[in-house]
Amino acid sequence: MKTLLNTTLSAIAAMVISFNASASAVGVHLEAAKTDITDQASLQRGATSFMNNCSGCHSIELMRYNRIAKDLNISEADMAKNLMFNADKIGSPIFSSMPEDGAKEWFGTTPPDLSLTGIARGTDWIYTYLKGFYADETRPYGVNNHVLENAAMPDILWKSKQDKTEKEFNREVRDITNFLDYVAEPVKLIRYEIGVKVLGFLFILFILSYLLKQEYWKDVKYGKWRAKD
Amino acid sequence: MDNNKNWIDQRFPLTKVWNEHLAEYYTPRNFNFWYFFGSLAILVLVIQILTGVFLTMHYKPDAALAFASVEYIMRDVDWGWLIRYIHSTGASAFFIVIYLHMYRGLLYGSYKAPRELIWVLGMVLYIALMAEAFMGYVLPWGQMSYWGAKVIINLFGSFPIVGELILEFILGDYAVGDPVLNRFFSLHVIAIPLILVILVFLHIVALHAVGSNNPDGVEIKQNKDENGIPKDGIPFHPYYSVKDIMGVVVFLMIFSSIVFFAPALNGYFLEAPNYIEANPLKTPDHIAPLWYLTPFYSVLRAIPPMFGSQLPGVLAMFAALLILIALPWLDRSKVKSIRYRSWPYKVALGIFVVSFIILGWLGMQAVTPLYSLMAQIFTGLYFAFFILMPWFTSIGKTKPVPERTTEH
Repeated sequence: MKTLLNTTLSAIAAMVISFNASASAVGVHLEAAKTDITDQASLQRGATSFMNNCSGCHSIELMRYNRIAKDLNISEADMAKNLMFNADKIGSPIFSSMPEDGAKEWFGTTPPDLSLTGIARGTDWIYTYLKGFYADETRPYGVNNHVLENAAMPDILWKSKQDKTEKEFNREVRDITNFLDYVAEPVKLIRYEIGVKVLGFLFILFILSYLLKQEYWKDVKYGKWRAKD
Repeated sequence: MDNNKNWIDQRFPLTKVWNEHLAEYYTPRNFNFWYFFGSLAILVLVIQILTGVFLTMHYKPDAALAFASVEYIMRDVDWGWLIRYIHSTGASAFFIVIYLHMYRGLLYGSYKAPRELIWVLGMVLYIALMAEAFMGYVLPWGQMSYWGAKVIINLFGSFPIVGELILEFILGDYAVGDPVLNRFFSLHVIAIPLILVILVFLHIVALHAVGSNNPDGVEIKQNKDENGIPKDGIPFHPYYSVKDIMGVVVFLMIFSSIVFFAPALNGYFLEAPNYIEANPLKTPDHIAPLWYLTPFYSVLRAIPPMFGSQLPGVLAMFAALLILIALPWLDRSKVKSIRYRSWPYKVALGIFVVSFIILGWLGMQAVTPLYSLMAQIFTGLYFAFFILMPWFTSIGKTKPVPERTTEH
């Protein structure tokens, strides 16, 4: 019986491992973003970078200014003064400052909302994409992208790329990526922490439930249990 | 207290029901690991209903609002993210538990006489659960919700003559859109859960009428003591209730690990493309149902279109599902449990399980010539298990079944 159980479980385990191995691949090679959602300084820098470089065209509609302020430990006053460009109220969603018909005219398409890009595309994709611009005279803005062929977006970070060292530039891109990962799932910041507590509680409950079961089953083991009459 | 009990008992069979189904329901003493999954399935059903109640309070079944309302639950509703992750993880957990529960039935011949009806009710439950899960998956209205719905609903259009009519009837439109979302919401939230609860009730009534099977496949009711109580039976409560509580805690530990640390489980429980809102104009690169439906999706794709119609594949898919119901009548073996079965059954069961898992894996992959061939081979093996069953269960030497349950 034990062997049967073991074979079944190990077969399932093997399948799961091979599933994971085959899950990625397809298309362009993506660089590992190596973002760390627990790195608050990185998220704060990423938020600043995003608001200054990206929020002109891209909204993150599913996010509110005060939520970011609260989660990233930025005071609401600082947030409103330095990072809130497209709204009056701290509780409002983060829209872009670009009118929709204008966007169609200038870029041929509306810049997508980036609220869930961190999950839909993944951090590696964002990181590689932001670093993947190269000069291409045939494109309207003179650049093309390795990751997303014929992207309509200009290389918005070109100045950073020019002025900063490679290490500094990588850090900036990583910070933006990290921020977008957070924006895609803000509760990621707290769910690990809660998860550890929940598992701790369940572990204690397991010990108690195990002891309770052992206590009752003593009767069964030693044949002490007898039917009521 | 006793007075109160009398008052109720004179008006409702409370003590009788309690005794018949718990305190004096005699259960074989030799249940092993595989016998946790029935009670766990009930637990997951309760979890799904409770979390579903709260999700329904905040979700908007409207093609224009649905996607954003799910993200509203994830961000603005207090603890909404936890409720949703429990619900989404619960969907997959339900199938894991049910597949293990069904496998237990195959291992120990729990579907054999006199438990055929328990099996049949269980299979209807399984089919209802698939419908429930599929419709629930459409509700977030992401790309995979939309295109998955389109692929599955279009299957019904492959029936000759009436196909178009059925399609229009399901869609309430000529394409997947708001009417589908609305009716799927209604079916997912009311109709099918009601059916599930009723079927679970019947499943348990039938089980308690004949009594549980066990890893030895011994009928404990054939060996009773002077009081008419099975010698190898122990009352479900407290013995199995405390044992199941332990099982529940272990299950919750694994369940919570997924909910808190990997709710998407690498795309197997929540797919990344479903975080893009449904767009009827943009077909995703790769459309696959969630893992629990993929074995049958593989069968569908394995059968090539004939006479310009997808119908053969669709029929094969439904046949793969419905043939499971016939199992109690296909099995001719004299013994129930795998412990005493002849070797041909053991080999056949092994091949069947491997085929099912590989079909499931293939159903997630994009089609290539090699994978198509593999899907055809394993579809063949899948059906062979049922078609050849009357033969391979009647050959080979079975071991003698003991009179009483054994200790392990």
